[in-house]
Amino acid sequence: MRRVAVVGAGMTRFVRRAMETPKELAWHAGRMALDSCGLTLKDVGGVCIGSAPDAFDGVHMKGEYLADGSGAWGKPVMRSFVGGGTGVFLGPHGWYHVASGLFDVVLVVAEEKMSSFYPHAQAAFVTIFDHTTERPLEPNLLWIFALEMNRYMQTYGISKRDIAQVAVKNKRNAADHPCAMLGEANITIEDVLNSEVLAWPVQRLDVSPVSDGAVAIVMAAEGVAERITDRPVWVQGVGWNLDTAYWTNRDLAYPEYVERAARMAYDMAGVREPRKEIHIVEPYDPFDYKELHHLEGLLLADRGKAPELTAQGVTARGGAMPVCPSGGLLGVGNPITAAGLMKVAELFWQLRGEAGARQVPGKPERGLAQAWGDLMQVGTVTILGTRRPA
Amino acid sequence: MSISVGIVGIGWTGFRPATPEVSYKEMIYEAATRAYADAGVDPRRDVDSFVTVSEDFHEGTSIFDEYVPDQLGGAQRPVHTITGDGLHGLAAAAMQILTGRFRVVVVEGHSKASNILTLPHITHYALDPILNRPLDVNPIAVAALEACRYLHESGTTREQCAAVVAKNRRNALRNPAAAYGANLRAEDVLRSEMVASPLARLEISDQADGAIVMVLADAETARRLSPHPVWMRGIGWANDSPSLESRCWDRAVYAEQAAAMAYRMAGIGNPADEIQFAEVDDTFAYKELQHLEALGLCAWGRAGPLTVEGATAPNGRLPVNVSGGSLGLGHLLEASGLARVLEVVLQLRGQAGSRQLGDVNTGLAQSWRGVPTTSGAVAVLSNQLSGGES
Repeated sequence: MRRVAVVGAGMTRFVRRAMETPKELAWHAGRMALDSCGLTLKDVGGVCIGSAPDAFDGVHMKGEYLADGSGAWGKPVMRSFVGGGTGVFLGPHGWYHVASGLFDVVLVVAEEKMSSFYPHAQAAFVTIFDHTTERPLEPNLLWIFALEMNRYMQTYGISKRDIAQVAVKNKRNAADHPCAMLGEANITIEDVLNSEVLAWPVQRLDVSPVSDGAVAIVMAAEGVAERITDRPVWVQGVGWNLDTAYWTNRDLAYPEYVERAARMAYDMAGVREPRKEIHIVEPYDPFDYKELHHLEGLLLADRGKAPELTAQGVTARGGAMPVCPSGGLLGVGNPITAAGLMKVAELFWQLRGEAGARQVPGKPERGLAQAWGDLMQVGTVTILGTRRPA
Repeated sequence: MSISVGIVGIGWTGFRPATPEVSYKEMIYEAATRAYADAGVDPRRDVDSFVTVSEDFHEGTSIFDEYVPDQLGGAQRPVHTITGDGLHGLAAAAMQILTGRFRVVVVEGHSKASNILTLPHITHYALDPILNRPLDVNPIAVAALEACRYLHESGTTREQCAAVVAKNRRNALRNPAAAYGANLRAEDVLRSEMVASPLARLEISDQADGAIVMVLADAETARRLSPHPVWMRGIGWANDSPSLESRCWDRAVYAEQAAAMAYRMAGIGNPADEIQFAEVDDTFAYKELQHLEALGLCAWGRAGPLTVEGATAPNGRLPVNVSGGSLGLGHLLEASGLARVLEVVLQLRGQAGSRQLGDVNTGLAQSWRGVPTTSGAVAVLSNQLSGGES
């Protein structure tokens, strides 16, 4: 199998309302990623695009619209789509472009502009529900996450206070991220518990802010990657898994599809004991409870026990298993697919020792990024490491 | 580099102008069941990954990939969507197989166009929201602009475009799956209502409903599963500029580039000699001519005269759209490219019934994503691997 490495990354600031068009945001991120490894568009064989639902921008066939801004004028370009899971799915998507032998270098771009939807992007989500059985109820996406959070808390006896720790940790981590749209960095658990109730048990500070932004990475084949950089970061494993559309039939206490995606990636990476072999974790944290839920699905914590790891400081930036050292979606912001690819970029920077004030201690050799999306339905996983896969 | 991915199963349902009695899920299920039976595979056991193609605005549902796994047998398995044509989906599946980590991959595309009351209003949302959409131009007028330029530069006439319609609608009479078979004369086409000069009503393909599923496998598995695997010897895809202001308006540059990629992979140096028949995009009649020239199957400006001379008829030197094409079969939105591939597979297997071409072993399928895109893909298919191996 042809090995694939990440050789460059770039990221715009995440902001509430970007003045740039989606094409421009994509261009800025792509340009930064190429500049970071000394390449130009002439070196790029193909382009992979990620962007969440067209409803945000009201642009039909958004991948086509984004193509030139993403550097794909006159090139093969493909947009993959698994809802909120798309950002981390760009890892597997770029990987199979290169590992297939069809491309030596691909530019991978994730762009999201949620502010175009007026007054709030949340309203776009009513169109993700089943047109016959659910949409007439005019559901709100927050409601179903409230159901899931409640089920998670009830099943394992987890308190709102346990969960609020995650929001406190991630927002504090994000204070060190130059691209973060963070407001107050030093919130307390009490602040979270006293924030406005959106849909019980979800409160405002349990939720990541909607935002605009773009992230890009450059992926290259073995033999090419080493010529581009002295420190390629290798794709060691990828996994993805989509559960049934009938989400009401699922036990929401545990994300089985995340476990299946993780097992697929661990198998490819040759990881047998993930809790020992994964040194940095960037799980998807659009809500604070999701970081915990996902750590369990990723087999990095026992079921219902992830809050304990957080309480013990294991998941702090200086802990034994740093989780969301970037600041995550809760801290940096949540332009959906860009936020997912931001997690892959964070692993790239951390594993190269380039994360600045966010750098985790020690010399991490392997990290995992994960995203989630659709109707609490899809898991996507990318494992990167400093060691070239066998 | 030559690739060897085999198509070992095909299934389809349709194609009809309207299908009020079935949902898209039921159509996909029917097509998938037939494809799995054809390939002799159990989707729950033998399929490693699923790729589907769709666009949210065509479905009327955001994050449409939520709704694909169940009827495909893909729940809790690796499934992802490409927001592209079926040929892009086929390319994604082929790349996965070529990594060596997937043996059997399924591709699905469908159209429930009859649910869309006013398709041009949807297509309008694909125009640049800042520069073009405020002009409030009907998207068909964008195609008309291109048709004007192409006719002017290539010397092609409206009579030659009308001959394409007469041929494809007549071909469709021999295809039991086709929705729009008819005995028309070129004069009838020219006399039909002018929609946007120079495009008359009958030069614009009508939509149809249907679903197409294909099972792909690596060479070894393909030989084991199928007595008549059809090999994807080359595949390519490319975009010209999405911006109306900066694209090429006479030539189909995207098709030239996609073809160059596919021919390079397939080792085809002289396509006009080596491609025996072709299924090309004919969303508008002039597109068939423009595409034949872009694919190198005839010289610039020659496709029109050749069509009038009968060279592209089923008994001609280069049969084109023996299936009836989009004009005769019905345009299938994202599944259109798969419809082109379906006909090539049937012809190469010798299963095309009364429209079977004599003694063919290499065919080409090409797609275009429609107005206002410059996105196209090409596949070269053969019932023999290069070197006479079957």
